[in-house]
Amino acid sequence: MAVVVKIPTQLRGAAEGTAETEIDGATVQEVLDGLFARFGELRERISNEDGSLRRFVNVYLAGEDIRFLDGLATPVPDGVELTILPAVAGG
Amino acid sequence: MAVSHLECKECKAQYPLEALYVCERCFGPLEVAYDHSRLGRDVAELRRRIQGGPQNIWRYADFLPLAGGPPGPSGRLASRVGLPAGCTPLIRADRLAARLGLREVWVKNDAANPTHSFKDRVVSVAVTRARELGFQTIACASTGNLANSVAAHGAALGLESYVFIPADLEEQKVLATGVYGTKLVAVNGSYDDVNRLCTELCAERDWAFVNINLRPYYAEGSKTLAFEIAEQLGWELPDRCVVPVASGSLFTKIAKGFQEWRELGLIEGESFPRMNGAQAEGCAPVASAFAAGQEVCRPVKPSTIAKSLAIGNPADGPYALDLARRTGGSVDAVSDDEIRAGIALLAQTTGIFTETAGGVTTAVLSKLAARGDIDPDERVVLVITGEGLKTLDAVRGTFETHAVEPTVEAFEAGVPEAVAV
Repeated sequence: MAVVVKIPTQLRGAAEGTAETEIDGATVQEVLDGLFARFGELRERISNEDGSLRRFVNVYLAGEDIRFLDGLATPVPDGVELTILPAVAGG
Repeated sequence: MAVSHLECKECKAQYPLEALYVCERCFGPLEVAYDHSRLGRDVAELRRRIQGGPQNIWRYADFLPLAGGPPGPSGRLASRVGLPAGCTPLIRADRLAARLGLREVWVKNDAANPTHSFKDRVVSVAVTRARELGFQTIACASTGNLANSVAAHGAALGLESYVFIPADLEEQKVLATGVYGTKLVAVNGSYDDVNRLCTELCAERDWAFVNINLRPYYAEGSKTLAFEIAEQLGWELPDRCVVPVASGSLFTKIAKGFQEWRELGLIEGESFPRMNGAQAEGCAPVASAFAAGQEVCRPVKPSTIAKSLAIGNPADGPYALDLARRTGGSVDAVSDDEIRAGIALLAQTTGIFTETAGGVTTAVLSKLAARGDIDPDERVVLVITGEGLKTLDAVRGTFETHAVEPTVEAFEAGVPEAVAV
């Protein structure tokens, strides 16, 4: 299962300038692990030590916030987009 | 000017005063930091300097994040260019207080701004900073009031503007945006969808999204509400403030304004106001987290008549929770019926017609009073952020109109209680 991961500008410095990349994985967690395997520095930028996402990070699967789905355990259909965005916008 | 740098609220990393809003190290929000040492410690002189300023938010320019001071070439008259916000009335509401069994309630009526909501404060600051940074286009993700304000400021200053709103917004707010000649984009989704879209668009365009890449500057504009309340109360703080909570930015920045002036010695006394946040039950992620004792908010899908507060994923939720707990306040939620009752209560006791968000705030004040949370000796400020004419559906059908023919007999038949004796 390959999904397209969209990396926000604020993280591209830690991802060799990459804006989007294809990663294999059956769940959001597996995709993120694959992303961290490719760009090691990203892990500490958006994850806490216990593996949970930092509180100002939003992750969307096909436009839906994963907290409305199954969180990191959400299954990812093939070819879908996973978008990482800062949570501090708006209001 | 005293503005110094941007600083991450989480890890304290420092950044230059550019169009940045996220910490690259930890993804935390950036906030403006100041060095007020140049202002000196002569409190009387500082107060005179403020009082000698223009009758708008630029009288507080020393505490706002502009490199070049108030907008305009120079002087007091010039600072009235554009669409100056602020200096709205603080009204003593004795009839409202009596109805609630309280002694001293004040209403800060921020509907009395150029586009009839507090958003003119934050937009004035953001757009002025955007011009300093060289932007030609301004934009926003809005629940309605911000849309009005960004479109109007774009028109006033001759800047191109793009305004993104949820497609189901109140008609009055849509009309009061489009009239200014903005590029209005109605997104098929909730405000949180609009916000996500704009966050993505922001990364690829050289636009100043006032509440995204300009958000650190924008949010500082809300401090002027606190400054005005303190100045209007004679350089004193209230004992309690009731404030609507959508993203949590206004709520937390009002407290920041009080805190900054307390540190500078501009405010008398030692105590700090209890801060009470107000949400609608149909979109209460912060109130729910407060009640559950949690430090972060779980996002919700909003369903409430208070559309201007319908942010299901509040950016400043954790800070709003911390503030309410730290000051001995709370974050409470009220139902749509309570919101309608709140609008009516404020209108019928103060003569102020507020939109649904103000109904939320007034209803939460009622709830706090009924619950016995408020000591009768407290001085309470109710922050009313917007205008009732923008959400007319909320009051439609809530009162009786006497329809009569133009004769005395018809009038007396139609309105029997008014018959002359």
